[in-house]
Amino acid sequence: MADKSSSNAYWKANIKTIQVFLVIWFVCSFGFGILLRPMLAGIGIGGTDLGFWFAQQGSILVFLVLIFAYAARMNKLDKEHGVEE
Amino acid sequence: MDQFTLNLLVVGATFALYIGIAIWARAGSTAEFYAAGRGVNPIVNGMATGADWMSAASFISMAGIIAFGGYDTSAYLMGWTGGYVLLAMLLAPYLRKFGKFTVPEFIGDRFYSQTARTVAVICLIVASVTYVIGQMTGVGVAFSRFLEVDNATGLYIGAAIVFAYAVLGGMKGITYTQVAQYVVLIIAYTIPAIFISLQLTGNPLPPLGLFSDAKATGEPILTTLNGLMNDLGFGSYTDQKDTTLNMFLFTVSLMIGTAGLPHVIVRFFTVPTVKDARSSAGWALVFIALLYLTAPAVAAMARMNLINTVYPEGTQAAPLAYEARPDWVKNWEKTGLLTFEDKNGDGLIQYVADANANEFTVNRDIITLANPEIANLPGWVIALVAAGGLAAALSTAAGLLMAISSAVSHDLIKSQINPNISEKGELLSARIAMAVAIAVATYLGLNPPGFAAQTVALAFGLAAASIFPALMMGIFSKRINNKGAVAGMLAGLVVTIVYIFLHKGWFFIADTASFSDSDPLLFSIKSTSFGAIGALVNFVVAYVVSGATEDTPEEIQELVESIRIPRGAGAAVDH
Repeated sequence: MADKSSSNAYWKANIKTIQVFLVIWFVCSFGFGILLRPMLAGIGIGGTDLGFWFAQQGSILVFLVLIFAYAARMNKLDKEHGVEE
Repeated sequence: MDQFTLNLLVVGATFALYIGIAIWARAGSTAEFYAAGRGVNPIVNGMATGADWMSAASFISMAGIIAFGGYDTSAYLMGWTGGYVLLAMLLAPYLRKFGKFTVPEFIGDRFYSQTARTVAVICLIVASVTYVIGQMTGVGVAFSRFLEVDNATGLYIGAAIVFAYAVLGGMKGITYTQVAQYVVLIIAYTIPAIFISLQLTGNPLPPLGLFSDAKATGEPILTTLNGLMNDLGFGSYTDQKDTTLNMFLFTVSLMIGTAGLPHVIVRFFTVPTVKDARSSAGWALVFIALLYLTAPAVAAMARMNLINTVYPEGTQAAPLAYEARPDWVKNWEKTGLLTFEDKNGDGLIQYVADANANEFTVNRDIITLANPEIANLPGWVIALVAAGGLAAALSTAAGLLMAISSAVSHDLIKSQINPNISEKGELLSARIAMAVAIAVATYLGLNPPGFAAQTVALAFGLAAASIFPALMMGIFSKRINNKGAVAGMLAGLVVTIVYIFLHKGWFFIADTASFSDSDPLLFSIKSTSFGAIGALVNFVVAYVVSGATEDTPEEIQELVESIRIPRGAGAAVDH
């Protein structure tokens, strides 16, 4: 059983990781796909703008990268803090 | 061989495969019935989750909704994939560490309250039954087309098959069957998309084809489509017509609903380790993304083909004569899901945005299934798409029925009403719950509250408003106590369901609606988007009530600490 202070540090590191990842998650979907689309209007791609691409395809690709990156990062954190299974 | 026989053969062959696997892997014990013995590899689990996840809404309905809604409907694409990021980071690993079988079990234990568990069961049943209604709509469309019967008959036949199928196997049967279903559905979705992308753009990869030049015009597909749609008064495909507020809330609602739907979460209880729970979410999204990256291409190209069918000489020239309509139009007319009304009596098919002048009504749920016919693809492709649509609808309906039946038999009857119930009695009550759920869903599916994907979106709103916040707060806050959680879930569920019923009719009976989604009660928030507001209400109420009442007990704080770290995740225990 991991001691209390190391599991607290582990949880803090995890929360920080989640925060960073959620910012990327938000910006690439709600941001580029919806709220910031007008700002990206100048960047054309195949008959439309980059915002449309993010809304219909780009965000999904970002989501994929995020999940695997999170899994890898957490596997590392698990070991560093000695809380792995 | 005619198309009807070919459909029967292909659909029959795939069904024989699923049922064969279900019988071969028939559930023996209750533990197997619920969670497949926990021996499932993350990639296999991801594929099964993909099949479970991609329902009639994704396969049959979504591309049609996007084809008609254009950019505005991007929420379906972002929402139904982005939720996996939340699942992987906020829920899956901790729920796996907790190591029980059902979502209400977690809520009951974490909030040390049988009431919380019962409320969770109610939330789960409400969301899942709504979801099954959407599935039944899709099943009805698919069966009516390939058996060439009207929509209601197709629905009854479909309901009987879904029931027989879900009762036969438990989760174990379903895991391996769903792998087979995933393979069938992804092939069925991508092959016609590849053909159509090649026909229109010469690019064999549909997601790239969407942004390529159309062979016919030399301009990008989307520019060409925008031109056609503007000619007919629909406005550009790529333009935003919905309000930013509604689009934003709709996307939130679908995302957190994804992370709150019990039949998906339960998948992450079945992986061997916490580590696997994280990567399983990623693998699930890989398999889901294969369809979701293809869908926007299918949508835009289907819309283009549809317009080109009605206006063979271009949108500036006269439309097609009704007498000269292609076979696919005749086929779909039999289902009643595609209609022509010659308003101006000229015998030509006017297809325009103006509702008074438009003579051609196409149900959005038929687009994916009709797509290969519209593009004149070979008969075997058409049959394959029918089989894929049925695989999608069946696999999800079965997964949902499992979630409903385990909530009733395991969380309600065994844990609360009759703890001494035998294994046999538990299985029997699980099956009765399935039968009731499917009967209700079939009845409501006859007059559904929307197209399949829209009905399913309502289910996501309900899950978003009730289950997701409770799970997330249960893991990330030690302060939320039993009273806060119960009050939060009830508040979120009630405001959301009332808002939905005000717009869609009480219990989805259409004539009892007081508002409509085109002129909603609050700002521009449609009933499908309200789940985001419901979730916010849930969070706020839970915090306020918990803050005003006593602290959580010591042992619950320890439970929360223990689920936060992977170490010590043994095999899950039944109690």
